[in-house]
Amino acid sequence: MSDLQSQDLVRRSASTMTPPSVRSHVEQVAKLIDVSRCIGCKACQAACMEWNDLRPEIGHFEGSYENPADLGPSVWTLMKFAEYENEQGNLEWLIRKDGCMHCEDPGCLKACPAPGAIVQYANGIVDFISDKCIGCGYCVKGCPFDIPRISKQDHKAYKCTLCSDRVAVGQEPACVKACPTGAIMFGSKTTMQEWAGERIVDLKSRGFEQAGLYDPPAVGGTHVMYVLHHADRPSLYSGLPDHPRISPVVEAWKGILKPLALIGVGLAAVVGFFHLIIEGPNEVTDEDEAAGERVLRESESEKSP
Amino acid sequence: MSRPKNVIIRYSATNRVNHWITAICFVLLVLSGLAMFHPMLFFLSGLFGGGQWMRAAHPWIGIVLLISYLAMIVQFWRENLVHQDDIEWLKQARFIVSNQEERAPQTGRNNAGQKIVFWSMALLIPVLFFTGLLIWEVYFGAATSIPVQRAAVLIHSLAAIAAILVWIVHVFAAIWVRDSVRAMTQGYVTPGWAWRHHRKWLEELASGQHDETNDRKRP
Repeated sequence: MSDLQSQDLVRRSASTMTPPSVRSHVEQVAKLIDVSRCIGCKACQAACMEWNDLRPEIGHFEGSYENPADLGPSVWTLMKFAEYENEQGNLEWLIRKDGCMHCEDPGCLKACPAPGAIVQYANGIVDFISDKCIGCGYCVKGCPFDIPRISKQDHKAYKCTLCSDRVAVGQEPACVKACPTGAIMFGSKTTMQEWAGERIVDLKSRGFEQAGLYDPPAVGGTHVMYVLHHADRPSLYSGLPDHPRISPVVEAWKGILKPLALIGVGLAAVVGFFHLIIEGPNEVTDEDEAAGERVLRESESEKSP
Repeated sequence: MSRPKNVIIRYSATNRVNHWITAICFVLLVLSGLAMFHPMLFFLSGLFGGGQWMRAAHPWIGIVLLISYLAMIVQFWRENLVHQDDIEWLKQARFIVSNQEERAPQTGRNNAGQKIVFWSMALLIPVLFFTGLLIWEVYFGAATSIPVQRAAVLIHSLAAIAAILVWIVHVFAAIWVRDSVRAMTQGYVTPGWAWRHHRKWLEELASGQHDETNDRKRP
């Protein structure tokens, strides 16, 4: 979709220039996943495969409802099932649809070395432009949510596109369309936040005191948000990060180190060049040659009787 | 090859071939590495046939570099052992850089600067190799955890920058100290060069300590 939306980019990987910004009025979108209404039917998974023509290899039973076992190059969304025994000793089945969170400040995009291989549209969607991907795996290191997967066939990174192709023409993502309980909603980010607010009030009235919205601020908020019954402990939901942020290691590598290293290397070369200009080369003189010859000659005459 | 009459062989053909394999690998790694390091240098990926080819080639060139540099260590470690007078030479470094070499202590086959370059690379190249393995997505992408890979890629970048700085010093010195490049391309130096830059080495040669390794052509 890169060509259709080339004027809608607000962020572009490995680019030092301002992306096209004339049309930056586009409304921010968001997907809201209401975990409390999910029944784990996997219709969203099937719809994602269907719309995006993804056919992961048939795997093996791993003793879990999760199928396949993990996200993959052709598994862009995955239902994750966690069994949690609460304080009252009751079992809670916490089912979460995992996939790209579409961070407002995307770690994958920050880490990517290939210009334009990862973009963020004005509506907030983070998309991989696969023909520009070089397969280095830096996005995997940049992502705070462990989402991108590199294909062993074509050595390119893949993840949920938030159906950017559908959204661009005014449709909701395929998973949203397929969800039979309305657990997945899609719309403007403000509308989704308002809707989440209503849901949280309802959950609290039903005893889930810690119900809340998962829209982590350290990554600038996300364009995929969750309503959680236990928003104080996101990690209960199959390891959803409690405080996701771009790793400081990645920030250092992609932040201060880049300009510092180039300046340092450039400076070293310039200093070397001007040293030559100022001090001149260190050249062997005729006296040196004579002295060197003498040393060799003397040793020769010592040896020959 | 036409040589001046009195010359001293400083680097054997094996030394030279080994050095230049290392040098070619290093330059290719710097170009491809910088292309993946800074967006403004990504255009260098064109030299390798595009980003995918560059990403695929970089680790293999790194393997060749490691093997090649290990061979260099085998050939050169002995003459790069650090001695007390190397410290003294470094203290007089200001005379060296201001072209007043005669005021600095005399040196053997290698001076302290050359030893620093040698041992810096002997440290940095293995560090680059092992951190590079951890971030070699194709084969080792799943071998370690993501936090480990993050640390590896940062260390890899820092070590690479350090190696590039050492390399700049190395190339600068080779150009600055005239006729050093010829020693590594054609293998020989003149007695005057040895007298000026490595007088103890010349004296060792003259007293026959190195006869088996340094063939000198006399008229």
